[in-house]
Amino acid sequence: MDLLQQLTQYAFSGLSTGAIYALIGLGFAIIYNATGIINFAQGEFVMLGGVLTHFFLIVLKLPAGVAMGGAVIATTVIGALFERLTIRPLKRPTPLSLVIITIGGSIFIRGVAMLVWGKDTQSLPPFSGEEPITLAGATVMPQHLWIFGITLLVIAANKFFFYYTIRGKAMRACSFNRTAASLVGIDVRKMVLLSFVISSAMGAMAGIIIAPLTMTAYDVGVMLGLKGFCAAIIGGMSSGFGTVLGGLLLGLLESLGAGLISSGYKDAIAFIILLLILFIRPQGLFSKAQTERV
Amino acid sequence: MLRLKNINSYYGQVHALRNVSLHLAKGEIVTLIGANGAGKTTLLNTLSAVVPARSGEILFQGEEIVAHPPDRIVELGISHVPEGRQVFKPLSVEDNLELGAYLRYLKKEKAAIREDLEMVYSLFPRLRERRKQMAGTLSGGEQQMLAIGRALMARPKLLLLDEPSMGLAPLVVQEIFRVIENLRREKGTTVLLVEQNAKAALSMADRGYVLETGRMILEGEASELLENREVQRAYLGKEKKEIWER
Repeated sequence: MDLLQQLTQYAFSGLSTGAIYALIGLGFAIIYNATGIINFAQGEFVMLGGVLTHFFLIVLKLPAGVAMGGAVIATTVIGALFERLTIRPLKRPTPLSLVIITIGGSIFIRGVAMLVWGKDTQSLPPFSGEEPITLAGATVMPQHLWIFGITLLVIAANKFFFYYTIRGKAMRACSFNRTAASLVGIDVRKMVLLSFVISSAMGAMAGIIIAPLTMTAYDVGVMLGLKGFCAAIIGGMSSGFGTVLGGLLLGLLESLGAGLISSGYKDAIAFIILLLILFIRPQGLFSKAQTERV
Repeated sequence: MLRLKNINSYYGQVHALRNVSLHLAKGEIVTLIGANGAGKTTLLNTLSAVVPARSGEILFQGEEIVAHPPDRIVELGISHVPEGRQVFKPLSVEDNLELGAYLRYLKKEKAAIREDLEMVYSLFPRLRERRKQMAGTLSGGEQQMLAIGRALMARPKLLLLDEPSMGLAPLVVQEIFRVIENLRREKGTTVLLVEQNAKAALSMADRGYVLETGRMILEGEASELLENREVQRAYLGKEKKEIWER
């Protein structure tokens, strides 16, 4: 295989994991913009998506569509409960206490998942066959195409929601100025809940579409969550294209680094990028002077 | 229509309103004047429940509203145009106006909202020209118009205006004040106007209140207040000398 072919190969797999990071990163950004919280339980929503699909599909033997839909719905319910039970009851929330709560929540969710489904790594069948396709000299799994397709769809749906529906516009208003938002009659607490609902649903979808490639287990949320966080930081915590580009860039660099240098450095690359961004350009790579928030 | 009885409110740790009472009749324009830090903004924030009152009563059309959340207050018909306009800068002008009717959208009053959008555009034709622009790109005067338009989209019975003239050119202030008078004439909207520009406010209003360090120190017909020596000295910028030499 010549170098060019190799590069195409790395690019494909990098972009598809990047798409996953982008989805997870968008979840971070949506909650951050609505509440100012970095929700470190975001990765657990991703884990729940995969693990629940496995449970519904393999253990309960439900049809694939039902299993995946059920996993998304169940994760969304858990996300909503998480907000209701841990974030809302706080009388005087400070950023630090909120962050610690989300970390605690993530440990709790992970622990429960371990108790319920065990420590074993589980695999999910790909959505459509395992026959690789040759594209521009690179071998691509059909699952990669599913990932691209679904990510695009989710991003488009997101864009539509935030720019063309009244609730989406209300969420953007809320993230810009909460007081003014409540003066026009927007219930800020409902918007916070809604942000958790959207983010957990998106996280679950990311977890489902990546599970056939990387397997799933009770603890996959930790690393995926951090990678998604990294994507959001590169994108300047915007829930628009900045984070999407951030995710793709991260996936690409990771895959190239792992392929050309050593696969042992794969995770290190993400965190080196994260640190560099935080040191040099904490407002993110793609943000203008003022970030476009949500 | 609106009656406040012995309201006490805090701005952070500061006791900003001390036993404040005030009333407005339907269709009145009442102005609240006072120096910086007198508690004018806190009074409006208390009314719209952004800063809940610690004690006291607020009756709006006979209903006790002191414990209501902000969205319920808007629903009842009180719209607050906040100090410094606070438009949603990253959103388009039209989105800002639509959000003004947020609660009505949830009730599916689409047709009526369309009409009101047209109404706001005819009040402020410049907003129509800029409807697709981001609100942050508007001039100060246009943002003030947008903030008022946004409040009107909720079809308020009572409009709370916090320093609409702040930082604006005199001609723009005139235009905005004219719109407020028209609103009262045509729709019977009741207006509570907080102003530092006491002279302009008192010349438009029916009655006025003077707030000083959290206490209501004077109330009366606007014309009386304009003639009141204390008011002239403290808020109309006339020197003692001028007053005594008359």
